[in-house]
Amino acid sequence: MAESAEINALVEREYAAGFVTDIAAETLPPGLDEGVVRAISAKKGEPEWMTEWRLDAYRRWRKMRPPRWAHVRFPDIDYQAISYYSAPTGDKPKSLDEVDPELLRTYEKLGIPLHERAKLAGVEGADESAPVAVDAVFDSVSIATTFKEELRDAGVVFCSIAEAIREHPELVRRYLGSVVPKPDNFYAALNSAVFSDGSFVYIPKHTRCPMELSTYFRINAANTGQFERTLIIADAGSYVSYLEGCTAPMRDDNQLHAAVVELVALEDAQIKYSTVQNWYPGDEQGRGGIYNFVTKRGACLGARSKISWTQVETGSAITWKYPSVVLRGDESVGEFHSVALTRNRQQADTGTKMIHIGRGTKSTIVSKGISAGRSQNSYRGLVRMNHGAAGARNHTQCDSLLIGDHCGAHTFPYIESKLPSATIEHEATTSKVSDEQLFLCQQRGIDAEKAVAMIVNGFCKDVFRTLPMEFAVEAAQLLEVSLEGAVG
Amino acid sequence: MSNALLEVDSLHVEVDDKPILKGLGIAVQAGEVHAVMGPNGAGKSTLANVLAGRPGYAVTSGAMIFDGVDLADRLPEERALLGLFLAFQYPVEIPGLSNMEFLKAAIDARAKHAGLDEPSAADFIKRAREAAGRVGLSADFLRRGVNEGFSGGEKKRNEILQMLLLQPRLAVLDETDSGLDIDALQVVAAGINAFRSANNAVLLVTHYQRLLNYVVPDRVHVLADGRIVRSGDHTLAEQLEQKGYGWLAS
Repeated sequence: MAESAEINALVEREYAAGFVTDIAAETLPPGLDEGVVRAISAKKGEPEWMTEWRLDAYRRWRKMRPPRWAHVRFPDIDYQAISYYSAPTGDKPKSLDEVDPELLRTYEKLGIPLHERAKLAGVEGADESAPVAVDAVFDSVSIATTFKEELRDAGVVFCSIAEAIREHPELVRRYLGSVVPKPDNFYAALNSAVFSDGSFVYIPKHTRCPMELSTYFRINAANTGQFERTLIIADAGSYVSYLEGCTAPMRDDNQLHAAVVELVALEDAQIKYSTVQNWYPGDEQGRGGIYNFVTKRGACLGARSKISWTQVETGSAITWKYPSVVLRGDESVGEFHSVALTRNRQQADTGTKMIHIGRGTKSTIVSKGISAGRSQNSYRGLVRMNHGAAGARNHTQCDSLLIGDHCGAHTFPYIESKLPSATIEHEATTSKVSDEQLFLCQQRGIDAEKAVAMIVNGFCKDVFRTLPMEFAVEAAQLLEVSLEGAVG
Repeated sequence: MSNALLEVDSLHVEVDDKPILKGLGIAVQAGEVHAVMGPNGAGKSTLANVLAGRPGYAVTSGAMIFDGVDLADRLPEERALLGLFLAFQYPVEIPGLSNMEFLKAAIDARAKHAGLDEPSAADFIKRAREAAGRVGLSADFLRRGVNEGFSGGEKKRNEILQMLLLQPRLAVLDETDSGLDIDALQVVAAGINAFRSANNAVLLVTHYQRLLNYVVPDRVHVLADGRIVRSGDHTLAEQLEQKGYGWLAS
């Protein structure tokens, strides 16, 4: 019927973060060989061990092939056509005052405050917002990290990974690649060879990080890949909540983003990692957009440790991403909460892996996939119960919502249990934003666009609840914006 | 007839290219309750849906004038904001979207349309709880998803709640009485009676006379084969109850 066409029209809206910052940059010519790996390492002023680590990764990567099992289609990537390093020229600013105003304006436009003014209490009667420390990564480098002093007083280390390699080599050498080994997969190996920046966090024993930490990734340069590396270590009894956001300009070419994130939680430590991913998704015809091929994994090393992943994925032409938890410590807990929205010609293959090794380990998976337009949205998840994981439990809830008649939703659950006593529950539903639901809202005076946003928000509620307050609002707004125009 | 709240004239409607309404006429004045009765397949629900602007119901000729406004080409939400309310025969569920948020959005849309400020959250909650109490739903239900896991009776009570809260000019109730037990029927009837006023009107679409024992209509119309074939006062409903629809069929 006509209204299905209306619903299909709902998903076409301009990408608000699609502007380009005009700034002088130093960019390596396209291509990748050992010389390029050495050049990146030299630019970062890295010690010899790090250079060797990268070269080892590069040599392994050369023998590997990209994975083909994901439910996504795209032409082969020419890895020699990509530039592996781009950075705004000039020395790294020593303080915020020295940051190029053009860069500050970029982040301001994106709504990311790179100043240390905590929001004023009582303004417009708003709640007092807690300050958030930000590490801003622009193309291949970290340009600023805020609230460093305050964090240092608490003993928290929050800096770029490049700085951590210089300042905290013992921690980096111990943990880098310990959760995601260099040859883990094609993209992780590539990242290990060429990663240029990213964030590093260390929370000391029995410390609750005094504020939310966040990294904001921005791809600006054309024909450049972004390969960031994040390493978060929560020492025994500590707690940290970390947020990650990302955007990129609108360009007709596809750009590669192959990040690696490693989380390490020691005894009784908790890490909450939230992502709002809004990379440029490409246009209606599927031209351009980011290839988001990301390896994220956390290791619950200590007993009773806990790692929670929450992701809201609305961007990228293709998403290939499975934030996972290795539950090694006894009674450790892994959580994965995901909202993945695809529209136009976007393709997402995303999910998680929960590897139960320790006794009494528990994991929860809540996945909400929303497909609109001509997009394809797949959930892929693995729950593995090893021999020793006595009393392990998993609960998986996997829901798909379809908007219109030309999109696809797919679920690929893998369950491997070597443990007869393990409890594994899997629930899955698929539903449609129905014409009936839309008409009910309209009959009550709510316009169709708002109605679809409300229906989708309702569908995602279980996941939004797990986001930090301010992020939850942002996520709901992002979803609303992404759905604007979906009904004619 | 000229200042009727609702005036439907020679209305022809097709669904999937099949004629359903074939020259239907009806006029409802403010302050009146009309019942439209008739056998299954006569076009009763089509009348309710076409008034509300449901997609898929094509008006091929005739007119629907509501409060002086021609409804043709008006979006469903525009009709709603003009004050036309439809209580659904089969209310749909919207999981995860709480009744509270849903009702607030509906109230806010009205306020915006009227150029008024949105009511405060506290004021809104008070009104919503009051309306819930009047149809025998606990305040707790306001936090649940729209019709999510509701029994048939609860869904129908929820429709009446929305009518009471939104205070439309014209409420079209599409078989709101079907599938209700006697307690729920009385609650629904009490809601309709409380709603009745000199400024608004009610169009009850029903298959059975049962609801009319509690809500006494000013006019009763019999709809058969897409047209009104007989109109009368409330005693017509009693006749139908005794004789069925057969004696009216042409």
